[in-house]
Amino acid sequence: MRRPLRPRTAGAYALLGVTAVLIAFPLLLALSYSFMGASEIATFPPPLFPKAPNLDNYAAVLASIPIGRYLLNSFIVSTAVVIGQLLTASFAAYAFAFLVFRGRNLLFFVFLSTLMIPWEATIIPNYMTIRSLGWLDSYQGLAVPFMATAFGTFLLRQAFLQIPRELWDSARIDGASSLRFLRTMVIPLARPALGTVAIYGFLSTYNQYFWPLLITNQTLMRTTQVGIAQLRDEETLRWGLIMAGVIMVAVPTLALLVLGQRQLIRGLTAGAVKG
Amino acid sequence: MRWTARDIRSLGEGLVYLAPSLVLFAVFVFIPLGRTFYLSLFNTRVTGQATTFNGIDHYLGLVTSPTFQSGLVATGLFALYTVPVGIALGLMLAVLLNQRLRGINLFRTMMASTIAISAAVGALIWNLLFNPSLGLLNYVLSLVGIRGPEWLIQPGIAVVAVSVTTIWLTLGTNIIVLLAGLQGIPEEIYEAARLDGARGLRMFSRITVPMVSPSLFFLLVVDTVGVLQVFTQIHLLTRGGPVDATRTLVYSIYLDAFQNFQFGYASAESVVLFLLVLCLTVIQFRFIERRVHYQ
Repeated sequence: MRRPLRPRTAGAYALLGVTAVLIAFPLLLALSYSFMGASEIATFPPPLFPKAPNLDNYAAVLASIPIGRYLLNSFIVSTAVVIGQLLTASFAAYAFAFLVFRGRNLLFFVFLSTLMIPWEATIIPNYMTIRSLGWLDSYQGLAVPFMATAFGTFLLRQAFLQIPRELWDSARIDGASSLRFLRTMVIPLARPALGTVAIYGFLSTYNQYFWPLLITNQTLMRTTQVGIAQLRDEETLRWGLIMAGVIMVAVPTLALLVLGQRQLIRGLTAGAVKG
Repeated sequence: MRWTARDIRSLGEGLVYLAPSLVLFAVFVFIPLGRTFYLSLFNTRVTGQATTFNGIDHYLGLVTSPTFQSGLVATGLFALYTVPVGIALGLMLAVLLNQRLRGINLFRTMMASTIAISAAVGALIWNLLFNPSLGLLNYVLSLVGIRGPEWLIQPGIAVVAVSVTTIWLTLGTNIIVLLAGLQGIPEEIYEAARLDGARGLRMFSRITVPMVSPSLFFLLVVDTVGVLQVFTQIHLLTRGGPVDATRTLVYSIYLDAFQNFQFGYASAESVVLFLLVLCLTVIQFRFIERRVHYQ
C-alpha cells in the first residue's frame, strides 16, 4: 500500500526538480534550439520550445562539416589513449603493488610528481617534440603524449593492494610468470578500477581542446571539439545549426556518463575522501 | 647501504614494468619541463629554437610588463569569482541531494551531468546564452527589471561571464566530491547534535561544514589549479579580450608562444604557471592533514 506523499517530502521533490532542471537548463536549451529554425530563434522573447521541431539543423551540420570524420578521429584517439593507459598503468601498478625493490618509494613519488606539473606549462616543448617527430596532424601526436597516467597508476595500485598476498605467493611457488599472474589473477580481480581508469581516460581525451587545436591543421585530422568550435566561427549566428553540432558532440560523453556513472564517481572521490 | 646482486636484479625487474610509463613521463613531462626552464633563459627564433642566452631578462620583462601584471590580476579575479562560488553552490546542492528519497539517483545524475560536458560544448552553449539580443540570460534578467550587460564585451563583465561558464562546468565534480564527503558523516553525530538541541543552520555550520572540510579543502586546491589551467572557455568566449581583461596566464602563454612566436618569453610565463601550481599542491599535501578535521 502506498502512503500518501507528506508535504515535506513533496517540497523536497519540488526543490530537487526545479534545481535539477536549472542546472541541466543550458544543455536542455541547446537540445531545444537544435530543433528550431533560424527565424524562430530570432523571435523575441527568446523561445523555449520549438513550434515545429525538425531535423534541418542536423542535416545542415552534416552538409557543412565532416562531423562523422571528427567523431571517428575522436574515437580513435580516445580509444588509443585508453588502451595505452590501461597497459602502462597496470604494469606500473603491478610493480608498485607486488614487487619489492629498492627505490620503489622514490619511483612512486616520481610518478605522483607528474600530477603537480600542469600540461600547459610544458606545452611549448611538447609542441616542438611532436613537430620534430613529424607527428603534427597525426593520431600518434594526439594520443601518445597521454598514454601514461599517474592518477590511473595510483588507482590501480590501490585496487591491486586489495588482492590477497597469498595469491601472489602461491602463483610464484607454482612457477607462474609475472605476466601470467597479472593477466589471469590481477586484471580480472581489479576490473572495476580498470573501468574507472578507462572511462576517465576516454572522457578527458575526447573532451580535449587546446592540444588538438595546436597540433592539427588539416580538416580531416580535426577532433570533435575543435570541429564544433570551428563550426561556430564559420557559421556565425546560425545558432540552431551550432547547437545541433554541440548536441552531436556531447551525446557520446553523456551516454558514457549514464553508463559509467559508478566508475566515474569512484574515480572522482578517490582523491578527496580518506578511506 | 651496499647494493647486492639481488637488489639490482629486483630493481631491474621493477623497472621493466615501470619503463613504459617512465619513458612517456620522461619524454612528455620531465624533459619538457626542463626545456621550458631552459627556453625561458634564451632568446628564440620564430620556429622556437634557442638562439642567445639572456639570463633572467624574460623574467625581468614579465615583472615590468603591464600586460603580464594585468594578466595576473585577471587570473586572480577569475579564480576568486569561480572557486568560492562553485564550491558553495556545490555544497548546497550536495546537501539537497543527500536525502534518502525514492528516485534520488535520477536527480543526482542530472545535477552531476556537467562532468561529462566538455569545455568547448559548455562555452558554445553559454556563448548563446550570453548573446545580448538572442540570449535568454538578459531576457530573464529583464523580467526582474535588470538591464543585462554586454557579457562578453564589457571588460569587467567578461571575466564574470567566463567564470559563470566555468562554475557550471565544474559543478558536477564539486557536487559528486561533496556528496561523497556528506555520505561519510556518521548518522550518530547528527543524532547527538539533535539531542543537544542543534537544528537547521546551526547544525549545518557546526556539524556539516567541519565534517566535510577535507572535501572542501580538496576542492579548493583542485578547483584553483583547474582555473589556473583554463584555456578553452577563454579562447571560445573572449579570446583573452576585451582589452586583455580575460588574458589569464595560460591564455598569455598561448598568445605569446603560438600567435606572437615569442617562445622564450612564453616559457618564462610557463615557469610562473608551474610554480603557482606547485605551491598550491605542496600546500595541499602539507596542510591537509593538519588544518582539516578528520574523524
